[in-house]
Amino acid sequence: MRDVRDALMTARNSEGKLVRRPLSPHIQVYRWPLSMALSILHRVSGVALGVGTLLLTWWLVAAVSSDDVFDRAQWFMGSPIGLLLLFGWSVALIFHFFSGIRHLVWDAGFGFDAPAYNTSGWAVLIATGVCTVLVWVVGLMAW
Amino acid sequence: MSGTPHIDILRSPLGRARGLGSARAGSHHWWAQRLTAIALVPLTLWFIFSVIHLSGATHQVVIDWLSAPLTLGLMVALIVATFHHLQLGLQVVIEDYVHQEAAKTGAVLLMKAVCVILALVCLVSVLKIGL
Repeated sequence: MRDVRDALMTARNSEGKLVRRPLSPHIQVYRWPLSMALSILHRVSGVALGVGTLLLTWWLVAAVSSDDVFDRAQWFMGSPIGLLLLFGWSVALIFHFFSGIRHLVWDAGFGFDAPAYNTSGWAVLIATGVCTVLVWVVGLMAW
Repeated sequence: MSGTPHIDILRSPLGRARGLGSARAGSHHWWAQRLTAIALVPLTLWFIFSVIHLSGATHQVVIDWLSAPLTLGLMVALIVATFHHLQLGLQVVIEDYVHQEAAKTGAVLLMKAVCVILALVCLVSVLKIGL
């Protein structure tokens, strides 16, 4: 034990032995309030988008190469696996976009009380659903 | 942290931090993440519309699109803002979950290197097409 935080976690039991106080329970015993789920999802979608930048990089590199290489990249994006990846990417991007705006509003000092952050949380989810469907309907029509 | 606790030395958090100097860069990290986030709001919107517009496009259409100065400028801004925002965010994730000092520093440096390389590859690609 090296500091005060450790000391506060230590106590003596009835036999006078030093014991650690119990920690608060782990994440699996909590119920999942919306705010907690969205906070975790914001981080998860951010990391997923990081992986998604590989897709963007590949597409741009293909665009510098020959027609053949580019056509192969375009073909892959249109294949079932490619469409699945693009769909996951679009959901992550649109969610992170709206959730990020929610975070920026908090940073500006608004929307911290219970009804407000629940309303904005549901708004983020609904906006994500609606915009994802819209993007894909318009995108597939243009394709 | 596990096993029977025993007391070897007691130091306050302030005592442990003294002499190590302040981290200094914390507020800049936070601010840079917000600025890139704000920049990415319009840039991402523009990019989503562009991708929809380009779905199923031929190679020549994509080349023509990237050759317009406005597109090229916005693409460069998007790439810089995206990868800067990404490496700031991933750094926080790594620092939250990797506590061993050497592993943490190594993971952060490796992640930053990958982000810089990917950003440069993207920038070189769009510039090569657009210029």
